Amino acid sequence: MGNKIMAWVDARLPVTQAWEKHLSKYYAPKNFNFWYFFGSLALLVLVNQLLTGIWLTMSYVPSAEAAFASVEYIMRDVEYGWLIRYMHSTGASMFFVVIYCHMFRGLLYGSYKAPRELIWIFGMAIYLALMGEAFMGYLLPWGQMSYWGAQVIISLFGAIPVIGPDLQQWIRGDFLISGITLNRFFALHVIALPIVILGLVVLHILALHEVGSNNPDGIDIKKNKGPDGVPLDGIAFHPYYTVKDIVGVVVFLFVFCGIIFFFPEMGGFFLEHANFEPANGLKTPEHIAPVWYFGAFYSILRAITFDIGPIDSKLGGVIAMGGAIAILFVLPWLDRSPVRSWRYKGMVSRTSIVVFAFVFILLTWLGTQPATKTYTLIAQICTLIYFAFFLLMPFYTRWEKTKPVPERVTG
Amino acid sequence: MKRIILTIKLFLVSVLFSSLAAAAGGGYPLDEANVDPSDKASLQRGAKYYQNYCAGCHATQYQRYERVADDLGIPHDLMMEHLVFDKSAKIGDLMHNSMDPDEAKVWFGATPPDLTLVSRVKGGPDWLYTYLRTFYEDPSRPYGVNNKVFPDVGMPHVLLGLQGVQIDNCGDTDPTARDPLTGDKICGLTVDPERKGSMTPTEYDQMAYDLTNFLAYSAEPMQEQRKQLGIYVYLFLALFFVFAYLLKREFWKDVH
Repeated sequence: MGNKIMAWVDARLPVTQAWEKHLSKYYAPKNFNFWYFFGSLALLVLVNQLLTGIWLTMSYVPSAEAAFASVEYIMRDVEYGWLIRYMHSTGASMFFVVIYCHMFRGLLYGSYKAPRELIWIFGMAIYLALMGEAFMGYLLPWGQMSYWGAQVIISLFGAIPVIGPDLQQWIRGDFLISGITLNRFFALHVIALPIVILGLVVLHILALHEVGSNNPDGIDIKKNKGPDGVPLDGIAFHPYYTVKDIVGVVVFLFVFCGIIFFFPEMGGFFLEHANFEPANGLKTPEHIAPVWYFGAFYSILRAITFDIGPIDSKLGGVIAMGGAIAILFVLPWLDRSPVRSWRYKGMVSRTSIVVFAFVFILLTWLGTQPATKTYTLIAQICTLIYFAFFLLMPFYTRWEKTKPVPERVTG
Repeated sequence: MKRIILTIKLFLVSVLFSSLAAAAGGGYPLDEANVDPSDKASLQRGAKYYQNYCAGCHATQYQRYERVADDLGIPHDLMMEHLVFDKSAKIGDLMHNSMDPDEAKVWFGATPPDLTLVSRVKGGPDWLYTYLRTFYEDPSRPYGVNNKVFPDVGMPHVLLGLQGVQIDNCGDTDPTARDPLTGDKICGLTVDPERKGSMTPTEYDQMAYDLTNFLAYSAEPMQEQRKQLGIYVYLFLALFFVFAYLLKREFWKDVH
């Protein structure tokens, strides 16, 4: 009976074929390590955001007059509204934690290198869309930090020569951030960007399944196939990685639920204290800090404190920040190493990756702190290292001596 | 193995940074309130003080009378009789007040803020606890008092009758300085013996604690429920982990 129904469906829609192509006969390298959990975890958090987002929308009121009160209404009067809201707010931050780990994995094992350039580019596009999604979502509670954070970010567009001021006004839809801005950000946050992100995720996975997954050794498992055409070092994604990822999911949920139930504000990093005060356009907070996940780029923006020729420091900062994101897109063409994984790269590459990770974390932290003289200097040095890591990559990856890559995965 | 250690190290560095940042702070040293949302007696007293001394000027407009009554174990009729002064209000109403915001601005220089979330706005209850206890005499201010954690605050010391008049006897001395032998503070705020309030300093501190406890509760009324549920979720996850791990091990037996 079951087989008959499946045959009927398969004759009309290739369900079984898709199941096999993407799960039961998708052969992934058997040596995935800790870092390979973050892809499926990103999907988990995405689903969490979509579901909790839908339920939040049922009670949230997108207007300057009622938004703040409606969030408190969700927190107090809606049954388990607080849980839905904390799941969404914690999910936003954890999305970035997971994505940063996922990207770092790519960096460690050269997952962006040929033939996986498109996967990386789609991934970067997801990251960019996610930043937009997070930024617009942050305005919705209409707290002080929502308002002033948006004020700072939108004003960056004002630094663009000629069109800047008009562009800024076009984004806001008003002369200042108002209910109009809130309403359009709401529309973009709940409809436009989620559609874009979902579409990109599909592309990201389709592109991945076309060429196959990379692995910690950075070697091509399709070179060594058994008589049945299955890679010798490959195992079916389902059931092997589905059951393994479930373990990863549970471990992740320990952290995730720990935050939701015991530290929902995460010391002011996930929910900023000032955001419990309603937006007030006449009262600037002492210290405007973006949410932590924008910290690194915000630090780079602030690090440019000097004019460069005709470019003033503000425009310079915007260019540096934009450049810091843009340069990630071309990473596949900056790495000229003959090997993929850092395991077989030379000392320069290996050291650089560790230093880069440290610098990125440092920049992220600095972005949440007030810009003192010392902090600015540290941020400037870190910015320099950030760019040097990418700009010098074509040279050090080519010149350094690499180690021989094994034929088969090493586990 | 080396790689795993490195991975863990990288992870730890990031955790370390976030905790360092959380520890940072500044301004007047705050006293720890150590609030206890499960102490219903304290919360009930806090609600009483709040309604009697604060609610005249400050609204708690995101909270409902009914929620407070239910969470604090106060029967609805007693709540309506003793703690709801607006006789047109119903038990399910939000805790608004009747002060006109524009007039209030003229009287105090700023409209008294809503206090529902004040504990969260200030990053925790310690600020409130310290604020309530650091009013001191300052003839240069319109209401004759100033505050240590909120300098030049517009609010008069409405609890003056309870606390008495506090005097800052520090002058030019560093207020954080301590006697090297005894470790006691050299100077600070003390109640003028000539102008005592109706409460002893210990009683007053207890009252400030109860008020702080109540406002910390009102900022996040589901706190207790949240932690309780969190424990159940953790128990479930622990159980789930065992089965998930065994399932993984079973399947991976044939991977070599």
